[in-house]
Amino acid sequence: MRHIISLLMENEAGALSRVSGLFSARGYNIESLTVAPTEDSTLSRMTIVTSGSDEVIEQIIKQLNKLIDVVRVLDLNDGKYIERELMLVKVKASGQYRDEMKRISDIFRGRIIDVSDNTFTIELTGATSKLDAYIDSLDNDSIIETVRTGASGIGRGDRILKI
Amino acid sequence: MKPEIITGAEIVIRSLQKESVKFVFGYPGGAVLNIYDAIFKQTQFKHVLVRHEQAAVHAADAFSRATGKVGVALVTSGPGATNAVTGIATAFMDSIPMVVISGQVPTHAIGQDAFQECDTVGITRPCVKHNFLVKDVNNIASTIKKAFYLAATGRPGPVLVDIPKDITAEEAEFIYPKTISMRSYNPVIKGHTGQINKAIDLLVNAKKPMVYSGGGVVLGDASESLTNFVNELEFPVTSTLMGLGGFPASDSKFQGMLGMHGTYQANMAMQECDVLLAVGARFDDRVIGNPDNFLAKPKKIIHIDIDPASISKRVKIDVPIVGDVKNVLDEFILTYKDIKKTHDKSITSDWLKQIKEWADKDCMAFKDDGSQIKPQRVIQMLHKVTNGDAFVTSDVGQHQMWAAQYYAFDKPRRWINSGGLGTMGVGLPYAMGCQLAFPDSQVACVTGEASIQMCIQELSTCKQFNLPVKIINLNNRYMGMVRQWQEFFYGNRYAESYMDALPDFVKLAESYGHVGMKIEKSSDIEPALKEAFGPKLKERLVFMDFITDQSENVFPMIASGKGLSEMILAEDL
Repeated sequence: MRHIISLLMENEAGALSRVSGLFSARGYNIESLTVAPTEDSTLSRMTIVTSGSDEVIEQIIKQLNKLIDVVRVLDLNDGKYIERELMLVKVKASGQYRDEMKRISDIFRGRIIDVSDNTFTIELTGATSKLDAYIDSLDNDSIIETVRTGASGIGRGDRILKI
Repeated sequence: MKPEIITGAEIVIRSLQKESVKFVFGYPGGAVLNIYDAIFKQTQFKHVLVRHEQAAVHAADAFSRATGKVGVALVTSGPGATNAVTGIATAFMDSIPMVVISGQVPTHAIGQDAFQECDTVGITRPCVKHNFLVKDVNNIASTIKKAFYLAATGRPGPVLVDIPKDITAEEAEFIYPKTISMRSYNPVIKGHTGQINKAIDLLVNAKKPMVYSGGGVVLGDASESLTNFVNELEFPVTSTLMGLGGFPASDSKFQGMLGMHGTYQANMAMQECDVLLAVGARFDDRVIGNPDNFLAKPKKIIHIDIDPASISKRVKIDVPIVGDVKNVLDEFILTYKDIKKTHDKSITSDWLKQIKEWADKDCMAFKDDGSQIKPQRVIQMLHKVTNGDAFVTSDVGQHQMWAAQYYAFDKPRRWINSGGLGTMGVGLPYAMGCQLAFPDSQVACVTGEASIQMCIQELSTCKQFNLPVKIINLNNRYMGMVRQWQEFFYGNRYAESYMDALPDFVKLAESYGHVGMKIEKSSDIEPALKEAFGPKLKERLVFMDFITDQSENVFPMIASGKGLSEMILAEDL
């Protein structure tokens, strides 16, 4: 099952490689990983999207907690949470494509942030599954380039990851 | 008081002194010259010059295993650090507290592919508990303090501190922190009371109880607590390779080692028990074999361990208790005292009878007509001659298993070997670490002619520091364990397992200034050992080359991936 794991870690050189090294050394799946400093600049917050059986996820959480630089770990799937990912897509927007691209982008609440004679660049945020749906709705030939940030997640309401 | 301004190198030395370090095992090189200059000017600890960095780390590791204190090694950048990696990984796999200080090229040269540069922090990251690159002279003292704290607390392990050369030359005020607290690191010491009650309840109602003791009992200094608790309950006990000595082997409740080369009774009891108490052990593949097979017989498992990640890793645990094993076992004893009166010990009598029947199979018996030297006999004699009281180090292979099986360890921290990583070559440097820690004790290095050659250069270190280690070389002219697997599983095709062109070990030992002995007759085993450990050679290193039966195998044996009850016994063949 797909899990979103959030963690707070010391904002120190090499901390990211400890986490990514752990995943590769122990053979855990890693779908995406995002990281940036928090409002407290001594801490970084990371969101890892992974998948595995309950036993594997339990081990991942334990192994992450064991890393000395990791301050707190939360499996967002243990409760309600919100997930968002940002994607930029450059599509063909000439001739027959131009109107259609605008229409599809509107349906998915995308924003066109760059326009050229032959292309649109569309900014889209949402859950990973929404971004996937958007890509699926496009004709493969019309996609020139995509870039995605990977998911970020946060618990709903009183579910807080803070020290 | 006037602040004390000293160089980074001096800060390193002063910090080690603050940690009451007695020995630093190391090898100098460009990036650590400032540190070595500071060592030259001090007398508080002794520097032990090895002949290869790997041995420095092994010796520091053994010092820690034998004493319980944090071992310290010092190596230079680049090849110094990469040579140390095997030693670090060995200590990591067995959770040995150790601090390794490595030199690094100057900060301005990092990343420039400088001479003797390597990414030490990157290379060692997967095999250390934690590591640091110190980039500011003001952080040296606090980083070393953290390193010792991390190494020794929680689940112990090696910590590496990488220090660029320019940082050791710069000056700063020396302030050594008295205590350290890290928001990201708070190991649990005390076990959960509810879980402890649950565990005791399961144990007193068990009809077929079994205690499975691991290296954590030795590392956590919990053997007295374990022995007291088991004596109260009168339960049978087995131990892993790493746990030997954690419970006295001469006690009738002890069923011997379990696992791939464990005893018949220990493995059968592990398989057939209804309640299993695992203490500081980790259910690894060499111990329980195939987990599905192990769980085929339903049993309730209680697991005490300092590391939450060890719990339910390979086998699902019914009652997990995270905490320091000694602390938790002491709680067990208190909790048990409250209900002791209601404990009906007779419910285990059928079970104990069953274990006795398994034990009567006498799986450790071996044929010995006296025509050749049997390696098992050498170990039995070693036990006799040393009164079972020596520090015994080993390398890796058949001789290691025989030492574990036939030298009945009654005390913890006497059996020093590489269990997790299985590093050939550790034996001699391990013996050095033990002998330095306990100069008046008997130290035996049980090895083979293949393993010993992996760190043979340390005979020179032994000479320099007058270490009267006794080397028991079980020489069967084969990489014995490799040959055994090839005999069993590869149709007797002994691919590259023959040790051709062996040196004359007697002459080799003599050339280093030691005593060499070659023992070829079974009847000479005991007299030779008596001579080596006797008063005349007390101060000398003795290299005893025992020419042993080439075809001897280690039994019982569980083939890789098989279950605990699927043992091959000597009599089956």
